[in-house]
Amino acid sequence: MDAPATYLSWGFILISIPNLLMIIGMIVLFILALVAPFPHETDEKGAKGRRDD
Amino acid sequence: MTESAQEPDVDRGNWTLTLRRFLERRLPLVHLLPDRQPYFVGSWVYVFGVVAIAALLWIVATGIVLVFFGPQWWHVSNIGHFVNALHFWSVQIFFVFMVLHLWGQYFAASWRDGRAPTWLIGVVIFGVSVVATFTGYVAQQNFDAQWIAINAKDAMNAVGVGAFFNVLNFGQMYGLHILFFPIAVGTLVAVHVVLVRVRGVVKPIDPPGAQATEPKSPTSEPQASQGPVA
Repeated sequence: MDAPATYLSWGFILISIPNLLMIIGMIVLFILALVAPFPHETDEKGAKGRRDD
Repeated sequence: MTESAQEPDVDRGNWTLTLRRFLERRLPLVHLLPDRQPYFVGSWVYVFGVVAIAALLWIVATGIVLVFFGPQWWHVSNIGHFVNALHFWSVQIFFVFMVLHLWGQYFAASWRDGRAPTWLIGVVIFGVSVVATFTGYVAQQNFDAQWIAINAKDAMNAVGVGAFFNVLNFGQMYGLHILFFPIAVGTLVAVHVVLVRVRGVVKPIDPPGAQATEPKSPTSEPQASQGPVA
């Protein structure tokens, strides 16, 4: 934990592997959120007092 | 007929009456606490903001525990380490989901239809949260905090704020971290959420079937439209 992180360099880009993994994970999570099916309400309780607009 | 419509307009200088009528007009309870949402809110993208708020609540809750027991406790005892770790990782989750929420709202162009103030306050929340987290890093009371503060002082002096934002002053950083910034972030998040409820969630840019059912005209879309319900 106390050791310095390994860095990747490519031209002017310099990034630590932990930061790169975080960014990749966030992009994957964002794409999953776009494509993953969202559970829909099926019971009738939610229909009570529904808004008219 | 509503209650406010029955009241005679006897006193235009009555601030309480004016405020009540403004709130009744702009933020009725049915908008503040809706039990139905537009169909397009049925997506995981809309969960990001809620997760960020949940993480913020964990940050505040664990922060209150840390404040009561103090630095020696959170650096020495096992339970102190655990609560300190909860506080730290809640911050990481808060930022990850705040950025994911930002991406989702950016690609939805959610500043449309009078929602620019909501977007701008979100931007301010992000910026204030970065400074709030920074004061937390320099208030840890360990060598890591000292190293960060020693390096950061030069940046603060370079931009001319070092005189009143002294990162080497633990009392100032700790006070800002546990009092000013929680109030600032909490208030801004509350205003952000209320503005979302006032305007409703922004409609998709090109919803399926929009051309056939909703002919576009300058007056066809009310500003505070909440969209069709699911």
